[in-house]
Amino acid sequence: MTGPLRIGFIPLVDAAALIVAVDKGFTAAEGLEVELVREVSWSNVRDKLNIGLFDAAHLLAPVAIASSLGLGHVKVPIAAPFNLGINGNAITVSPPLHAALMEEIDGDRFDPMVTAKALSRVVAKRRKAGAEPLTFGMTFPFSTHNYQLRFWMAAAGVDPDEDVRLVVLPPPYMVDSLASGHVDAFCVGAPWNSVAVDLGIGHILHFVSDILVRAAEKVLAVRQTWAEKNPDVVAALVRAAVKAAEFIEHPENRDEAAQILAQPERIGVDAEVIQRTLGGRLKISPDGTLRESGRYLLVGREGAGRPDPVQAAWLYAQMVRWGQTALSEAALRTAMGVFRPDLYDAAVGQSGSAKDVSGGPFGAFAGPGFDPQDLAGYLASFEVAHRTR
Amino acid sequence: MSAEQSPKIVIVDESPIRAAILEEGLREAGFTQVVHISEMQSLLARIYAVDPDIILIDLENPSRDVLEQMFQVSRAVRRPIAMFVDQSDSASIQASVEAGVSAYIVDGLKKERIKPILDLCVSRFNAFAKLQEELERTKSQLEDRKIIERAKGILMRVKGLTEDEAYVLMRSTAMREKKKIGEIAQSIITASEMLK
Repeated sequence: MTGPLRIGFIPLVDAAALIVAVDKGFTAAEGLEVELVREVSWSNVRDKLNIGLFDAAHLLAPVAIASSLGLGHVKVPIAAPFNLGINGNAITVSPPLHAALMEEIDGDRFDPMVTAKALSRVVAKRRKAGAEPLTFGMTFPFSTHNYQLRFWMAAAGVDPDEDVRLVVLPPPYMVDSLASGHVDAFCVGAPWNSVAVDLGIGHILHFVSDILVRAAEKVLAVRQTWAEKNPDVVAALVRAAVKAAEFIEHPENRDEAAQILAQPERIGVDAEVIQRTLGGRLKISPDGTLRESGRYLLVGREGAGRPDPVQAAWLYAQMVRWGQTALSEAALRTAMGVFRPDLYDAAVGQSGSAKDVSGGPFGAFAGPGFDPQDLAGYLASFEVAHRTR
Repeated sequence: MSAEQSPKIVIVDESPIRAAILEEGLREAGFTQVVHISEMQSLLARIYAVDPDIILIDLENPSRDVLEQMFQVSRAVRRPIAMFVDQSDSASIQASVEAGVSAYIVDGLKKERIKPILDLCVSRFNAFAKLQEELERTKSQLEDRKIIERAKGILMRVKGLTEDEAYVLMRSTAMREKKKIGEIAQSIITASEMLK
């Protein structure tokens, strides 16, 4: 290798393992010199990784799959040897929408089926009154945020393409857009939900772990060809990320990790806000109501770091469900092949047979159990969908 | 532009100077229908109001992700837009990303029509970056000169040197320590403030 590795990231808490790996010296200990480059859009991260300006990147898991399939952009096969985060997003709604939902709610307000049904009643009422459809912000067409919002509302019959508007917004603009009424709600990663709550302009309605118990969020992505040419570098990078993730997950290290992440050239928000996310203890309403969850964001625990191809299959299934691509056996195999537990295992010296290390149930709150062997059957079970052809 | 009408071009850029430089270049090249959008609120609605054939956006703009939504087939999107990628010409993609600009086109627009626009865009963006660099350099030179003057004054006062002697002392120290004379001057100022 000549020169330092250039690795792109977006300032979000789920880049934690990558940032801590570099700033706490885990990459240096592996003999790697790394330059972290903060980016402003997922499109930039994708393009710079694709053309080789970045060697690796913090990337939305669905973008890694879309790139490998050539959806929406040039086809560049991507390999994900490390999973940077499981879960970590939340759905935040404006105070007026929150009030409207609470008026319609019938049951446990943390039960996503209960809130989705309330949403469907709010949508129906607004339509009757001739009001504009509700607008939901999310971060990218190929994003977990997009799929999680859709999965949630569609479970109660709300069609995300007909009954409401879904718009892409860069994460740093989410809070302003909610404040100005440009959107009524959004689904985004940390720290933006907490920022909205602190400003008194939003209520966290759901942690996405309410909707799916386990969902792959961001990956450490490299070009497949680059991974083939630089197996030792990939392995060293994975080991450094594994160590960083372990470091972050120790409660006694949370202070230090949050300090590192809070640096202006990294995430650039208050360390205390980052702490909340790492600890899964979030203020969900401007009145100070707290909610705690052991599943808010998994950085390294419960086998979070090991890429799970079944997660890739689930994301691919969402692309098909919402008409971003047509169902094909070959594409499914390509999608699953993006997540590389074999590279992870090789790096940490784990035997490839240890399949039980990762995986675990999706725990979707609605719909049938997920079976990648029968995607057609799985997809056919959903009433609301927009499949192509 | 006789046979074909000039395509409608939208420039999405928060830098008014760079947008002006680009717009001027496009007009000179005969592209008369150019609209500059600098306000990012409701960006898609603004773009649809213009209904352009080509959209140019700078890569420092987080709203680039908003444009990606235009590939999607949904009610919010009226005309299908694609990112301009010429699979046969990866050098041009590289050049545009490095220059910091990206192009989106209405699906079906001919490659021959967009290529010269993108090339022009790349050269104007590069020219702007160079301009900015020069400006930065001039600024820091000016800053350096002020610092050197102050440090010179301190040396003259404390060590009883003439102006020339003070300057020579700083320069030879800088050369010996392989540092810039501005850095040496700054350390003299810092040290003298600490010893006050």
